[in-house]
Amino acid sequence: MTDNRAQESFRFVSCMELREILGKRAMDEARLIEIIEEVPPDSIYYHTHSYYLRHAYIQGVFPNDFATWVALHAQDRVLGERLGVLDPFDFDDIESVRSEILTIMGDHLNHIKTVPVCTTGEPFEFVRSHVIEADLDLKVWTLREFRDGLARVDMGAVFNHVCEARLRKGRAPGDFASWIGGREGLGRETLAEDIVKVGRLGLSLEGMRGKILQLCDQALAAA
Amino acid sequence: MKALLEQYREVTPPGTVDFLRQLGRRVEGKQMLHVNSTRYGGGVAEILHRLLPLMEELGVKTRWEVLTGTDLFYRTTKSFHNALQGMPQQITRDMYDSYLQVNRDNAKSLNLEADVAMIHDPQPAPLIDARPKDAKWIWRCHIDVATPQRAVWQFLRPFVVRYDAAICSLPKFAQRLPIPQFLVYPSIDPLSDKNRELAPEEISRTVEGLGVPLDKPILLQVSRFDWFKDPVGVVEAYRMVKKSHDCRLVLAGGTATDDPEGAEVLLAVQKAAGIDPDVHLLVLPPTANLEINALQRAATIVFQKSTREGFGLTVAEALWKGKPVIGGQTGGIMVQIIPGMTGYTVNSAEGAAFYAKRLLNNPNLIATIGRQAKEYARERFLITRHLQDYLGLMVHLCR
Repeated sequence: MTDNRAQESFRFVSCMELREILGKRAMDEARLIEIIEEVPPDSIYYHTHSYYLRHAYIQGVFPNDFATWVALHAQDRVLGERLGVLDPFDFDDIESVRSEILTIMGDHLNHIKTVPVCTTGEPFEFVRSHVIEADLDLKVWTLREFRDGLARVDMGAVFNHVCEARLRKGRAPGDFASWIGGREGLGRETLAEDIVKVGRLGLSLEGMRGKILQLCDQALAAA
Repeated sequence: MKALLEQYREVTPPGTVDFLRQLGRRVEGKQMLHVNSTRYGGGVAEILHRLLPLMEELGVKTRWEVLTGTDLFYRTTKSFHNALQGMPQQITRDMYDSYLQVNRDNAKSLNLEADVAMIHDPQPAPLIDARPKDAKWIWRCHIDVATPQRAVWQFLRPFVVRYDAAICSLPKFAQRLPIPQFLVYPSIDPLSDKNRELAPEEISRTVEGLGVPLDKPILLQVSRFDWFKDPVGVVEAYRMVKKSHDCRLVLAGGTATDDPEGAEVLLAVQKAAGIDPDVHLLVLPPTANLEINALQRAATIVFQKSTREGFGLTVAEALWKGKPVIGGQTGGIMVQIIPGMTGYTVNSAEGAAFYAKRLLNNPNLIATIGRQAKEYARERFLITRHLQDYLGLMVHLCR
């Protein structure tokens, strides 16, 4: 396949997160569950998905804040591991993520005799995010242009088109795969499917970018 | 000479400068006002001196007004500062009156016209009485108000709740307020004397000039001589490490001349250190930025073994210089240290010694953690991220 030109261009839009402190804090796992039940979806999103933006290059202990807090501050490594393996790309909406977290925590607490409490004096602080977008004024029409654009945009753009698009904007495959696989875009369905799978690898955003670039390079070399 | 923002292109994550330019377009032409109580000295003034030209370059018309006060006013606000950080203070009616009067006088003399105003810390908080119609006002709290003296907070709270939003440096510093409270971490400037790149010969000349030979690994803590920074605990950790690893300890801190407690702590550290030619206690003036920079770059491992900490920007400074940091498990240190990735958090001198030995035994680990530390600081704690947060807040409040 040659490096064909799309009917519609792809526009890179980046974003940043403004973090709002909700003033809700938990000092033990029972209270953590209660607050997880009641906070706005934007807060669940922040503590699960925004991890990717906050740790775009360096991965943390676990890939979500709940897992990290129970492991480090409530000294509950078992629950930390169970929550840590949760893959946000398994879910199509935030309420499903919330429900899964509550199920894992509820099941865990049902099987232990005492509720683990914070031992470090550092409570779990609930935060939610407001996403502020900025169009990068960068339009691309071909796979090569897309690849070069992706290589130079900031990490907020990768987050916006991968995480924000899927979870908060309801564009399930993510913007990159949608455009690359779509009829108005490049119509490369196989490449689009491979790009969707990148989200499932447990990589940082920089890792995802690197992998997508690699896939694009392979497709271009095969053309 | 390059435009100021362009100078950051080489030290920030790819695409950052372009994103800031595009974000700036969303608030181009807006007027922003900062008000604080001093133009020079202190972290707030330091950061404003760097941030304001960057905002101007992005098309935000930015002004900075500074309160003019009396001696009594400054004594009062110093007491407020201590009280808000949990130290009991005696504040008289005269002091409260002076605080309010100075703010009323400044409200008349300062130009407070702007689309968005950021009022820094408690000193100018009552200026909210003079907010122009339709302007968005933000109270930017730089200090730890997690456990304030109740009377002082009750006095200030009625002013704070009339702002459109507040900003804290850590979630734990947030108070119960009916206004949105945003989280903005402080930052370091990678181009300042304290953080800019130094040539190897500049590092060795500076560090040796301070009387510290570069013949063995250096364990370093940079902080005021303050009980909460646990310098005695650092000496204890060094003693444990020294049994198996030949190294030096450098404790570099601010002058203690006007701080009776600081002098007491320094004495205790001197006593703990005893006569050991490999322990160096350096009392440096606040202007010793280059010296601090050189020490951090010369260090093998940096400690910040605080038992209580606000944000602890010395950690970000060390991370930026590619050093693994062993820090106390408290406050902002926990935001900056990812255990095993950028350093280690500890709760005891033994913990600090354990991880220091682990690192000294494994130079490859020092290099790996150091590399990750630098990237993490690049991503999270540079002034460009701070600028991005302020622009984002402007966009959010003005839409």
